[in-house]
Amino acid sequence: MSLPPLPHDAIALGLHVPDWRAAVGAAGDALARAGATGPGYTERMVAVIEEFGAYVVIAPGLALAHARPGPDVLTEGLSVVTLAEPVAFGHPHNDPVNVILGLAVTTGDEHVQFVAELANVFNDSTIIPALAAAPDAATVRSLLGIETPTGEDATEKEPK
Amino acid sequence: MKIVALCGVGIGTSAILKVNAERALERLDIQADVTAADIASVKLAAADAQVILTSSELVPSIGKTNADVIIIDNFFDLDELVAKLEVALG
Repeated sequence: MSLPPLPHDAIALGLHVPDWRAAVGAAGDALARAGATGPGYTERMVAVIEEFGAYVVIAPGLALAHARPGPDVLTEGLSVVTLAEPVAFGHPHNDPVNVILGLAVTTGDEHVQFVAELANVFNDSTIIPALAAAPDAATVRSLLGIETPTGEDATEKEPK
Repeated sequence: MKIVALCGVGIGTSAILKVNAERALERLDIQADVTAADIASVKLAAADAQVILTSSELVPSIGKTNADVIIIDNFFDLDELVAKLEVALG
């Protein structure tokens, strides 16, 4: 199973944010803009980190922001946010973070399928720094092996 | 043998850890059943497990266990997983 589509609205590059909450907020905003999530999902992603700590920082520089499936997940989705200046999440080894992936899934099973694909992509240790430096959405999609949502397979809205 | 991959909400990070732990076990030629679990279900999931793989942040939430708790820093680093699993299981 491949990764979910990554429309233009789900990508935000080179953002300036003051702290990890704002960084997770940006990943949540991107999921909402792309139509994957409704109100409340971003707050639930923040709450996961408040409850369990910075374990979502699963590799140097990379946070996987996510929450459980719920009524605020409209469809499975992925968002990619990169930061102009990295922020600390409080992880003992993997701080600071400059790439945040936002993840929304409708069921646990579906999720396990496409995170396997995420694992494939990120087992290449050059991907995180390359994503952090990506100048545009096309580069991000190409690094993740996701087709650009234009042309005959396009199911997402047109890029702005 | 049973191994539990543990994360806070039982999706996402534990699923990545499960996938990569299975790849590491394949490299080591070790047969094991890897289960993804969250903090709420870890007591039950890990009751008969030999190893719990997780992030350092979650170790205090595990509580008492007979399993070896292995802290993984980089969930995508197969070399780290292979090295740590080899020490624990070898």
